[in-house]
Amino acid sequence: MSEKMAQTAAGAGSDFDRLTLDWYIDKLVQALVFIGGISAIVFIIGIFVFISREGFGFLLGEFNFKEFFFSPNWRPTSETKETFGILALVAGTASVTGLAMLIAIPFSLGAAIFIAEFASGKTREFLKITVELLAAIPSVVWGFIGLAIMNPIIIETFDVPVGLNVLNAGVILGLMAAPIMTSIAEDALNAVPDPYREAAEAMGATRWQVIYKVVLPAAKNGLLGAVLLGVGRGFGETMAVLMATGHSINIPTSVFDSVRALTATIAAELGETAAGSPHYQALFTIGIFLFVITFIINLAADLVVRGVKKG
Amino acid sequence: MFETTSINKKNITQQKLVRIGLGTMTGILILPVALILGTLIYKGAPMISFEFLFTGPTKGMTAGGIFPALLGTVLLVLVALLASVPLGVAAAIYLSEYAPDNWFTRSINLAIINLAGVPSIVHALFGVGAFVIFFGFGTSILAASLTLAIMTLPVVIVATRESLQAVPMSFREACWNMGATRWQTIRRVVLPNAVTGILTGVILEVSRTAGETAPIMFTGAAFFLPLLPQGVLDQTMALSLHLFVVSTQVPNMPEQLPFGVALVLISMVLLMNSLSIALRMYLRGKKKW
Amino acid sequence: MVKLGVKDLAISYGNETILEGVNFDIQEHEIFGIIGPANAGKTSFLKAVNRMDLFNTDMQVDGDITFNGVNVQKVRNVYGLRRRIGVVFPLPVGLPLSIYDNVALAPRLAGQKDRAELDVIVERCLTRAALWDEVKDRLNSLGSMLSGGQQQRLTIARALSQDPELLMLDEFSIAVDPVTTMRIEDVLKELRDELTIILVTNLVQQARRLADRTAFFLGGRCVEVGVTEDLFTGEVKDTRTRDYVDGRFG
Repeated sequence: MSEKMAQTAAGAGSDFDRLTLDWYIDKLVQALVFIGGISAIVFIIGIFVFISREGFGFLLGEFNFKEFFFSPNWRPTSETKETFGILALVAGTASVTGLAMLIAIPFSLGAAIFIAEFASGKTREFLKITVELLAAIPSVVWGFIGLAIMNPIIIETFDVPVGLNVLNAGVILGLMAAPIMTSIAEDALNAVPDPYREAAEAMGATRWQVIYKVVLPAAKNGLLGAVLLGVGRGFGETMAVLMATGHSINIPTSVFDSVRALTATIAAELGETAAGSPHYQALFTIGIFLFVITFIINLAADLVVRGVKKG
Repeated sequence: MFETTSINKKNITQQKLVRIGLGTMTGILILPVALILGTLIYKGAPMISFEFLFTGPTKGMTAGGIFPALLGTVLLVLVALLASVPLGVAAAIYLSEYAPDNWFTRSINLAIINLAGVPSIVHALFGVGAFVIFFGFGTSILAASLTLAIMTLPVVIVATRESLQAVPMSFREACWNMGATRWQTIRRVVLPNAVTGILTGVILEVSRTAGETAPIMFTGAAFFLPLLPQGVLDQTMALSLHLFVVSTQVPNMPEQLPFGVALVLISMVLLMNSLSIALRMYLRGKKKW
Repeated sequence: MVKLGVKDLAISYGNETILEGVNFDIQEHEIFGIIGPANAGKTSFLKAVNRMDLFNTDMQVDGDITFNGVNVQKVRNVYGLRRRIGVVFPLPVGLPLSIYDNVALAPRLAGQKDRAELDVIVERCLTRAALWDEVKDRLNSLGSMLSGGQQQRLTIARALSQDPELLMLDEFSIAVDPVTTMRIEDVLKELRDELTIILVTNLVQQARRLADRTAFFLGGRCVEVGVTEDLFTGEVKDTRTRDYVDGRFG
């Protein structure tokens, strides 16, 4: 109807302003891809809503802030008194992630500098592809490696009774996180414009001086972003830590202690709980905790990296 | 005048040391993994046979093959792709071709980063809460695949967006000047030149989906099933979970069998990734403008 | 009949005004020349006609441009408007499609599916753009891999393939050799019977050879509009016009 009016009002030669089928298809497609665009936001909110929905009962009922965060006793199935303290689980996750980062940060930054600044041609291409392939190894395979290969090696080398412990999981997690951190860090180094390097080299600085004094400071934020994403990855890893930590509740005093991680606890226990029980809801509450922490880490990494692009 | 001074010498030595040091660090990251993969192949290869790949487990999973798990992984991946590829490509088209530069677009990007960063076990909890319970799919291939699809959505979005943005803006403007609508421009000029790049992203997603374990544990994958699934509302076995089961949950497991399972899984994943890398390199060598 | 009417047109990017106070009417079947030194606002004018301000959020257009009596700023279906207007910019763009598909794209967008019809259109447009003889044996090779001069002519062929009512050429001969330029100029003279042409050029002699009337843009203003020959030999309102066409600055 509005089409006809426009046509008569403007007279002959103006029929190009009709809203054609192509025009409507274009609007339709725009609406459809917009749905795709907002889906990511919908899913993130959905994750939070649905996990909260299942964990809500616990938060209103049995949840005791002091016990939950400060008690090392995770005894959700105790017949005398159930306790839901995640302190030991947090300690397990923190010790394994901490050790992993101790290994992964220096080595992945070193590898990133080597690949970005020293290696060239075929060597560089080969290293980049290798790092990419290493990053693709599934976590359950890493867990199996911890179980079947690292475990006997640790028992033999250090003469300890159990090889599934902080050391094992930390090394596994470190090897797992390193490739991803390497490629993000390498991207950050590559983002430093070449004129920076050339200017410093023209002043007679050696390659290492250039890297140390010019490239690293310029890439600082990107490198920090890489580290943060590595921490996030280690923190959220599930299968590898489930299989390689020994899965026993412990606040570790040495790297040879077995521990249990937050993620692994959910993976190991969710299948055995009745839907809606306090234990089941407590596991979802741990999920909320994990979601919030990783959200903060990712947000921080994003803000830090975006700072680079502005400056 | 160009004599090598002592400072220069010191610098050159320092340079060499740094190079060797960093090279060694790179090697230390890569070599152990190479050794580990070697061990996997050495111990796993004897297990691999036609029978291992194409028959089911027997004797309480301590013997026989992995066929139901292999088939289950293929099914899970296929259903997940059906959901995530159209959605991911649409999202990428929106972000690359339509989205204005404002706070809303930035929050979409942040959501994508978070979707990729949320721990896999949290995705599993979401799958249980949303698909298994709320939407009533039960523990099924459908619930597990949708969980995987949402988890790996960022892989498709990021790869697609990158290949769309690699198409120069001048091509779009030339089309618009001829009176092509945005969609006609995308369909006739932008997408055809981005399709190989999108394919590399999809292959990466296949690899990622096939390797995931935690998200399917409680949403649709089972430790052991005597029968193959008959539809998307049935449960299924899956290769990744099968590796977990045979290496931790089954007593009297012969040492070599889990190595065989691990070798098949990792071969599948690395093969997919290599394919994606090869495709990318082919694309780089084939300039169209 | 007035094909394109321009009234009190002003174009600005952010706070910077590029062009203002432009008033003229372009008649149907006229070749209308626009001359002037660089940064006089000539290209921005063409962009405003074709509603390319939509691609650039900075670009602000005030005043009225009417095409067939319709104010282009109020057009709802800009795609329909752009289909009636062919445009060739100085930077040639061969689309990463085959040469054939480059030229067949616009007819296909308009719904033409008949292969024989398309063959005719492709050959006619490439011939008019003086490119047919060079590419007729390799219509399947990529348009984006042609040389700069060939891409320029491919762009012209593509604009013609739209079967436009108005053709806007912005320094089309910049990457084309003199002999080919002459051939295309001859085609433009023939095309006058079929359509209206706006010819933006910094070669004043090209305007003199082709244009019925010419406007002189200088420093963001349209200082002169008149019969082309008058700019060279007749009365001028502004002495700078004569200085420019005689090559005393520019």
